[in-house]
Amino acid sequence: MGLSRFGGLVKGLGVARRRPFATSTSSSSSTAAGGGTIVRGTGSKSLNLYSAINQALHIALETDPRSYVFGEDVSFGGVFRCTTGLADRFGNQRVFNTPLCEQGIVGFGIGLAAMGNRAVAEIQFADYIFPAFDQIVNEAAKFRYRSGNQFNCGGLTIRAPYGAVGHGGHYHSQSPEAFFCHAPGLKVVIPRSPLQAKGLLLSCIRDPNPVVFFEPKWLYRLSVEEVPEHDYMLPLSEAEVIREGTDITLVGWGAQLSIMEQACKEAEKDGISCELIDLRTLLPWDKDTVEASVRKTGRLLISHEAPVTAGFGAEISASIVERCFLRLEAPVARVCGLDTPFPLIFEPFYMPTKNKILDAIKSTVNF
Amino acid sequence: MSFSSATNLAQPLQLNTTASTPRSNDKPSLLLPTKGSSFLGSTRKLRPASLSHSNAHRRSAVVAVSEAVKEKKVQASSNLLITKEEGLELYEDMVLGRSFEDMCAQMYYRGKMFGFVHLYNGQEAVSTGFIKLTKKEDSVVSTYRDHVHSLSKGVPAREVMSELFGKATGCCRGQGGSMHMFSKEYNVLGGFAFIGEGIPVATGAAFSSKYRREVMKQADCDHVTLAFFGDGTANNGQFFECLNMAALWKLPIIFVVENNLWAIGMSHLRATSDPEIWKKGPAFGMPGVHVDGMDVLKVREVAKEAIGRARRGEGPTLVECETYRFRGHSLADPDELRDPAEKAHYAARDPIAALKKYILENNLATEQDLKAIHKKIDEVVEDAVEFADESPLPPRSQLLENVFADPKGFGIGPDGSYRCEDPKFTQGTAHV
Repeated sequence: MGLSRFGGLVKGLGVARRRPFATSTSSSSSTAAGGGTIVRGTGSKSLNLYSAINQALHIALETDPRSYVFGEDVSFGGVFRCTTGLADRFGNQRVFNTPLCEQGIVGFGIGLAAMGNRAVAEIQFADYIFPAFDQIVNEAAKFRYRSGNQFNCGGLTIRAPYGAVGHGGHYHSQSPEAFFCHAPGLKVVIPRSPLQAKGLLLSCIRDPNPVVFFEPKWLYRLSVEEVPEHDYMLPLSEAEVIREGTDITLVGWGAQLSIMEQACKEAEKDGISCELIDLRTLLPWDKDTVEASVRKTGRLLISHEAPVTAGFGAEISASIVERCFLRLEAPVARVCGLDTPFPLIFEPFYMPTKNKILDAIKSTVNF
Repeated sequence: MSFSSATNLAQPLQLNTTASTPRSNDKPSLLLPTKGSSFLGSTRKLRPASLSHSNAHRRSAVVAVSEAVKEKKVQASSNLLITKEEGLELYEDMVLGRSFEDMCAQMYYRGKMFGFVHLYNGQEAVSTGFIKLTKKEDSVVSTYRDHVHSLSKGVPAREVMSELFGKATGCCRGQGGSMHMFSKEYNVLGGFAFIGEGIPVATGAAFSSKYRREVMKQADCDHVTLAFFGDGTANNGQFFECLNMAALWKLPIIFVVENNLWAIGMSHLRATSDPEIWKKGPAFGMPGVHVDGMDVLKVREVAKEAIGRARRGEGPTLVECETYRFRGHSLADPDELRDPAEKAHYAARDPIAALKKYILENNLATEQDLKAIHKKIDEVVEDAVEFADESPLPPRSQLLENVFADPKGFGIGPDGSYRCEDPKFTQGTAHV
């Protein structure tokens, strides 16, 4: 597999973590209901995250002649290489660079989408999405609603790399997903691995609603998996149980899942059986899967990189408490980033690390 | 308040000789693509052709400006643009900028520095040309390419290097890093990772200076603000909003565009409907000037005029400096997209070499003097690295400081000590 090749790079994270994702995904996604159209037996290749996203974009542009990819620096392939080869293959009328104006990029994308096109706008880093926040929340989310369904910008997908990368500092590491989860009318999707990313991205592009697709930049090169080469989609608004357990439910998304997985393994040594759920779609999120799991285990722990106060974990916690109050054996735990701006040199202290999660698992189980 | 709104268009500067260049006539043919539809402007194939075109035209424009300057020089043959002291000061500042950035690259590849680091090699003339004419109280707002702006403004090399290493002795106590150099003492209002974000901040700073002078009657408060940013930023909404505000309220601000033709991998010519950024000034009611940013003396002449205007209360100026960065966008950028011919063209116009030539040809100083400067700067940079190396890392407690104004409201626990010094810090849910 590509694991040994990346073994050197991922010393801290542990190479073995990738195998569970790969096997569990391929077994569970073949049973993914109503939309999971993975056909087994066709060719697949070992790809990393940016290559999988690149493939998804190739397929999206191939299958719909009125789809476009644009953003800053996408022509030469983008700063993370996600858009390589697109301009050469599909021409610069469909894959083009925009000037440096995020608000303009997204607004422009809304216009394209409103006229029935599929617009895939790239925001170079999620930290830069804020000038476009107005267009996304005030226009994209409300377009269908306020025009009485005469117009909609469902063809709009906004892709942005998010999350910590080890040395990003204040403006190359933020996780702004919570801001967008607060805007009804939008969908927010976050993949955890290459196979997921390709399927989810194709679903997002083809979904008739505007979607913000956050890609964990830490995993662009690090996460490698066997990805089917054909066109397939994974269902939105369906969470996935990637590790079964009986004592505590852990919920997360994106790059944080690999950290949580390590914590689960260590907890297992102490006899705690953890169930790990990848939410995949944050808005609208799959409450039923999480509820079913909490009903089984009676405990919940949520972890994300964004600051804890008013992060998306708060929404999950509140909803689950509403639904499972009498079943819960312990308060819902949230292991998240601290309530400070994303620091530069203090990043290791800020992040919700494996140890913090482990401590929280133990104190929740021993409540 | 006795602010006058700009009811009259400001007069163009004397050095605005670009009005005489024929470039605007040629521009349409410059930008139409050679093949494919003109739907969105030029194709990649356009680049070599357009580049030599644009370079030729840029060269002709530059020659136009320099001729005016040269004329001035020739007219009064004993009247050189700078004195010996000034010449050596400019030389030293540029050499400091260059040596410091080269040392940054070395330190980065040795792992002492991390994160995103953007180097200023090649653009020193702009920083030196402008900032060396400012006073300590004048404010400078920069971008992520801010090491040299801070150094020119007077921030000690030691503090800048420590900040880059993330040490507690850095100018921002290690919290800002490469892209966020601040200095209260020298009025450097930052380092902004996000392009265009600094321009409104600079506009506000300029407003406060004008307010103090006109409303609070502090007659000696003639502080100006310099806002540095790049060609990519000139397409951003915040830029236009601030041009309007500055001209409307006649603020003492100078917008300095460091046009190095590239925004990471996006060529300025392919991203801008009218690549001549200086033209955007008159559209908003302020003079727009284009200057050869590889020549520190020309930049200095323009800066003198622009800063003078601002100090006298005549309002803002937009200065476009044609310059070039010799390295990639950042130390992580392989820099494969730029045409080697273009790079060679600008490398031949290295501002430090040009100033050295000027100084020696006009007998302002000897080779010895210049060598002594190089030696001095080498020592300064070495000392800065040593200092940074030996400085301590910030304590963990600093993570929670300065989020709010009141540290008790956040960073200090019930027992009076910092929360993260609490042994239970990693347990539970790490709430603060």
